[in-house]
Amino acid sequence: MKKFISCLLAGIMLTGLFTGCGSKDSENSLIVLNYGKYLDPEAIEMFEEETGIKVEYEEYVTPENMYTKYRAGAIDYDLICTSDYMVEKMIQEDQVQKINFDNIPLKNNLDSTYFEFSKSFDSENEYSIPYFFGTVGILYNKDMVDESKVDSWNILWDKDYAGQIIMADSVRDSFMVALKILGYSLNTTDETQWKEAQDLLLKQKPLVYSYLVDEAQDEMIGENAAMAVVYSGEAGYALEFNDKLAFSVPKEGSNMWIDSWFIPKSAKHKENAEKFLNFLCREDISMMNFDYVYYATPNVKTKEALEPEIQESPTIFPPKETLDNCEVLKPLDDASSTKLSILWKEIKAAD
Amino acid sequence: MHNLKRQLLAGPYLLWMAGFILLPVAVILYYAFTTTSGDFTLLNVTSIFASIHWKSLMLSLKLAFICTAVCLLLSYPLAMILSSMKLKRQGFIVFIFILPMWMNFMLRILAWKLLLSNNGVINTMLASWNLPLLDVLNTPFAVVFCMVYDFLPFMILPIYNAMSRIEPDIIEAAKDLGANNITIFFKIIVPLTLSGVVSGITMVFVPALTSFAISDLLGGGKVLLIGNVIEQAFIQEYNWNLGSGLSLVLMVFVIASMALMSAKGEEGGTGVW
Repeated sequence: MKKFISCLLAGIMLTGLFTGCGSKDSENSLIVLNYGKYLDPEAIEMFEEETGIKVEYEEYVTPENMYTKYRAGAIDYDLICTSDYMVEKMIQEDQVQKINFDNIPLKNNLDSTYFEFSKSFDSENEYSIPYFFGTVGILYNKDMVDESKVDSWNILWDKDYAGQIIMADSVRDSFMVALKILGYSLNTTDETQWKEAQDLLLKQKPLVYSYLVDEAQDEMIGENAAMAVVYSGEAGYALEFNDKLAFSVPKEGSNMWIDSWFIPKSAKHKENAEKFLNFLCREDISMMNFDYVYYATPNVKTKEALEPEIQESPTIFPPKETLDNCEVLKPLDDASSTKLSILWKEIKAAD
Repeated sequence: MHNLKRQLLAGPYLLWMAGFILLPVAVILYYAFTTTSGDFTLLNVTSIFASIHWKSLMLSLKLAFICTAVCLLLSYPLAMILSSMKLKRQGFIVFIFILPMWMNFMLRILAWKLLLSNNGVINTMLASWNLPLLDVLNTPFAVVFCMVYDFLPFMILPIYNAMSRIEPDIIEAAKDLGANNITIFFKIIVPLTLSGVVSGITMVFVPALTSFAISDLLGGGKVLLIGNVIEQAFIQEYNWNLGSGLSLVLMVFVIASMALMSAKGEEGGTGVW
């Protein structure tokens, strides 16, 4: 019993220690949570110098990852950037604050088209502000792949490329590919359609070299595989490093994604967050971030300042026809989400 | 009074243990037996019998067994050779075995990934000699291979320790009494090093069973171990309850294997713990 009490005491003391640390909260700060490699660190330094606001910057890998971090509640994030369906999920869960757009005059630098697209997850454009957007497609090596076939997702099931295919290691993206081949919506919740898609993905598994997310581009640059399912931005980045690579968005249609900033309920420095958003819309900063990330930017001024070659690159800025053929992901409710993740685990565990 | 002072010395570690071992285990226990809304349930724990979870647990056990067996087969003769060497060189060779541990183990796994990949260093070399190419990355083989690479020192050191404590006099005495080498090996060396073997097995088997980083990086997402399932439950699915339930089951396996091994190890008493 004595031991138990001493353990308990130790536990309490420890908790005290940590909350003690956590409450050291300086007034003029900003806690930002963003995807990895998704903002030029120099821009943060500039923001700190210009405004005197201390920025604490943190990164995550997948939207689900971000959700876990946010929900864990250890840190009161002021500003988060994530993908469309996750923004919608968090709006639905009442975890997002309305942005005061009066504080963001530079929002006019952004193309209103993308606010229209954003309406699919933020119906009144009240909660979010687009940052980068793009599609999902096939990044392939021109020397290793028959280019006449890359206009269809079916090439990912072609036995000639066994052991040279990199598939997306993410539930929604992998199912998107299979659902599009079958001609279904990527937002379907029909279990028989999911099952069909799962069968297709199971059939593909023996041909797959690996399931990857962030590392796919590096594997393609290193020519370890013939093709990979990647985001358009990653493809644009990879093209810079290896001339043999090319990118295609298959004709069956794909996913259009918009990564947006939003201010979560946990925010303690909302005004600083809005200052930061305005700063991100500024032409020079947006240009710095474009150079750093190489994803399609909704910032008109930045786009106009780019070389025509880049402006017209279908890899970086998907043309309108491609976008019209794409769907934006919708969040799944908890029950569907669990079901789909079981189907996905079955694929991953299959021999 | 004297006793109390001595206990105080253990204070910092007790604090550490309470905060970072006991408390987290208690939290895991709580999550494992509750639903997302906080009601009592056994489903998280029993879901280990769901076909995918069971399959990944069996795969983990299988790979951990193979890894332990390979480590043992490699280490035992090596430890024998080492302990029979001259003292000066011994130290140097042991040092060489520990040397890789100076570098972070994640980096070493990543290095293997680069070496083994389709267009990697090894395949480029093989191709230039017109030899058949390796196709092992993203298979269970690559995962076991890297586990063996990573955990081998944990097997070598305790066996070597036990081995070097055998007095040469004992072996000489056995020889004087007419024992041949095989008899000496089975009647003297094996029993006297058993405790080292046992702690080696535990130190290799337990991390191999629970590993997820190696299968993540070298399995290419195609080798789903129970550790990966748990990681996914926590990080991707935001299902801490399921993750905790499965962790608890895994903990039972770990504790069982350690109990089994320490029961065996007590006979010798030259183990690392």
